[in-house]
Amino acid sequence: MTSVLRADGLTKHYGRHPGLVEADLDIPAGRVVGLVGPNGAGKSTLLGLTSGLIEPTSGTIEVLGSRPAASGSQLARVGFVAQDTPVYAGLSVGDHLRLGARLNQRWDEQLARRRIAQVGLDLSQKAGRLSGGQRAQLALTIAAAKRPELLIFDEPVAALDPLARRQFLQHLMEFVSELEVTVILSSHLLGDLERVCDHLVLLASARVQLAGEVDDLLSTHYRIVGSRDDVAHLPPGFDVISAEHRGRQSTLVVRRTDTTPIPRSFANAERLDLEEMVLAYLTRATDPSGAASHHSPALETLR
Amino acid sequence: MIDFQLDVRSGVAPYVQLVQQVRHALRLGMLSVGDQLPTVKEVVASLAINPNTVLKAYRELEHEGLVTARQGVGTFVTRSLVDDSLPAHEPLRQELLQWFAKAYKAGLDAENIEALFRTTFRTALGAKR
Repeated sequence: MTSVLRADGLTKHYGRHPGLVEADLDIPAGRVVGLVGPNGAGKSTLLGLTSGLIEPTSGTIEVLGSRPAASGSQLARVGFVAQDTPVYAGLSVGDHLRLGARLNQRWDEQLARRRIAQVGLDLSQKAGRLSGGQRAQLALTIAAAKRPELLIFDEPVAALDPLARRQFLQHLMEFVSELEVTVILSSHLLGDLERVCDHLVLLASARVQLAGEVDDLLSTHYRIVGSRDDVAHLPPGFDVISAEHRGRQSTLVVRRTDTTPIPRSFANAERLDLEEMVLAYLTRATDPSGAASHHSPALETLR
Repeated sequence: MIDFQLDVRSGVAPYVQLVQQVRHALRLGMLSVGDQLPTVKEVVASLAINPNTVLKAYRELEHEGLVTARQGVGTFVTRSLVDDSLPAHEPLRQELLQWFAKAYKAGLDAENIEALFRTTFRTALGAKR
């Protein structure tokens, strides 16, 4: 399978402050990738490194087979929409389209016009007068009409109301079904992306905590409840992600690392939804004294 | 035609949910041989989900021999899952409706009714096994 993004030990420091530490990633083409993590986790840093706006301190990153922003043709293959979907307030919607056509070799004028009509934008309207939702639609249209192979959005829906949020994602998904494009979207809220992403990268404290295909993640994580004694003797093949003890009863979130079936003593093992899974990893990332202390898989083995 | 729903809180992979809903509709006779499934674009537009999810679900259904994709036309049902029990469905459904009405009259709210129904359903199923 071809990779759209490959990172190896990717690290970025801002002075002494770590922006991203030792990230290893391999993202296949054709996915809608949800990049999720709390504010300050390193999402914008990773997106900046991917688009070539930021240079790594150490490690390597390859996007569509070459160094980000290595050449004009590489730039043409990647679309990047920065936080809050910025547009030129003094220019009209039509001006934005003309600008897009002049600046991009592969500009798809027909697609741009059709989309602008579909979302009901007026070509003569100044972009500064658009609502947040309309601005996001304009930025999305321009980024898509550039016909990139990789489309990157930094927190595209954070500032939108729920309806505009859904409309934005709906139009984005329609683009995905029309064009062959890989999409990376970041959000500090998983709920924003849960319906649309089929690949997840979870960042916390400048490190990748979890990455993989959503279906694989859903089918390998379980919540099990048992006596302290039972859960202390988990067979090999299970990594404990989080553990909560109440009285004699323990609740664990575990990841199955091989094909070992779940032991009978854990007949009550339950699947988790994506949000519960993400919470378990975030809890562990912020509280190293939790699960990690008595049953510790090295973070590296979980990637 | 089938109207897909998605429950992201269920912990069931979204593509599996779509597959289950088609199977369900085939079992209950709500979809029959020759019926067309909504196009990927239609599902994407109505649920705002990833087209890959819909494609994956349709591939799985095709693999099970329940539907077939005709290039450029659409995806069509090729096999029904209706069995001999179908004639019994409607009277049973009516009884169930009456039961729900009764429960409602007795003062149970939707959550109460669901809890009672689910636990009884599980017990009954367990007893049968």
